[in-house]
Amino acid sequence: MSLPRSDDLAAPIPKPTLGYAYAMPSTMQLVPHAVLCEGCDAVYSTMRLQPGETARCSRCGTELERYQGNAHKRMLPLVLAGLLMFAVANLFPIVSIVIGGQFSDTTLVGAVAALVQEGMGGVAALVLATTLLFPLLQLLVLLYLLLPQLRQPRLNQPWGFAWLVRLLQILQPWGMVEVFLLGVLVAIVKLTSSAEVIAGPALGAFVALTVLLTAILSFPPRNFWHLAFAVPAQTP
Amino acid sequence: MTPVRTAESLDLLACHPCGAVWQGAGEGEACGRCGSPLHRRKPDSLNRTWALLAAAYLMYLPANLLPVMVTSNLLTTKQDTILSGVIYFWATGAWGLAIVVFVASFLVPLFKLGALTTLVWMAQRHSPAIRPDRARLYRMVEVIGRWSMLDVFVVALLAGLVRIQGLAEVTAGLGIAAFATVVVLTMLAALSFDPRLTWDDPAPASHAVTGAVTDVITGAVPQDLPLHNRPHEPT
Repeated sequence: MSLPRSDDLAAPIPKPTLGYAYAMPSTMQLVPHAVLCEGCDAVYSTMRLQPGETARCSRCGTELERYQGNAHKRMLPLVLAGLLMFAVANLFPIVSIVIGGQFSDTTLVGAVAALVQEGMGGVAALVLATTLLFPLLQLLVLLYLLLPQLRQPRLNQPWGFAWLVRLLQILQPWGMVEVFLLGVLVAIVKLTSSAEVIAGPALGAFVALTVLLTAILSFPPRNFWHLAFAVPAQTP
Repeated sequence: MTPVRTAESLDLLACHPCGAVWQGAGEGEACGRCGSPLHRRKPDSLNRTWALLAAAYLMYLPANLLPVMVTSNLLTTKQDTILSGVIYFWATGAWGLAIVVFVASFLVPLFKLGALTTLVWMAQRHSPAIRPDRARLYRMVEVIGRWSMLDVFVVALLAGLVRIQGLAEVTAGLGIAAFATVVVLTMLAALSFDPRLTWDDPAPASHAVTGAVTDVITGAVPQDLPLHNRPHEPT
């Protein structure tokens, strides 16, 4: 694995040569081959990464870039599968219990509704947002941004592009399907001592959704900008 | 320490949403590519993080003292706090689960509060100590923060599931609202803290510049970059 070191900066950063369709404000100039570390502000020149490589800042260790290759081409099927699993995960009960011959089950929305009934509106909203609304919104926005890539010639910036990429970045820390899955498992173990617990069809869907989301969300939203404004490969 | 050239010293600004790097852009100016406002550092980072941390500390007490879950069956009503839930698991032999819940619900929030307080405090004092460790600490806080929501989800699910009138009923306690607030506030605090502040040196005007610090600033500057508007130019 090759790390960009500060020695790589011995070569001067090339002067910006690219022109963009946007009107350029007076003094600012694009430096197309520089990468700034978001963790400590160090400057690096961009490197061409090999498959599997990740460039990290040699000073603070923050990830600078990761090899993406054609990751965006694998995204659409993953997102579609994710949406399918999302539907199963939320339409069917997650677990059911039998206590003293009586039966009870719940979906995710059922759990949220129970919290609302108990006067816990805020907590209910938080659970609904982090496990249902935000992940769904992420998948739908990704679908919307990825579909135009199929068109010929490629439409790189569908309507609302800048705003939607920003939305993806804001939502990223707040989607918590994998934490919810662990919560379900903890709850199941908690119940096994006092009730008969039956896993519902949604449980498997949540496992699948967690795996899919892990793959889907490893695609940084910023890559949509890289795709839209692909910097011509520099061959020195 | 190898001299590292910072964006600050080269008058470079990166656009956070799209990653474009600009030279000679003013603070708050719109990115020429995606239109987002450009910032040298996250705006008002220290004040915002302090405020969110203070609120999180305030909510930390009710989160741990109030019951998060009320379990009732035919005969008894049991109120559980975060820690009494852990003790119950431990006592009934579910040690693995006791450890998972103890780590996610008790240690992680405490660790996050302590870590962020340390990071903000040291950044505010421009301390040059243990910078790589502080950078690692910040990344850790970012990654593990979300896992404290575990108990909120457990309570939500049990409240939705265990609703057999008279026989067994679980309702959410007020503690879980406080606990969820702590998790959200610490996550917001982590997001509002700018890790670059860990590496920022005090302005040269303060005469507090040490040898190591000048090293960083005077690292060779590429000659073909225009050198206007450089606040940290040491000459």
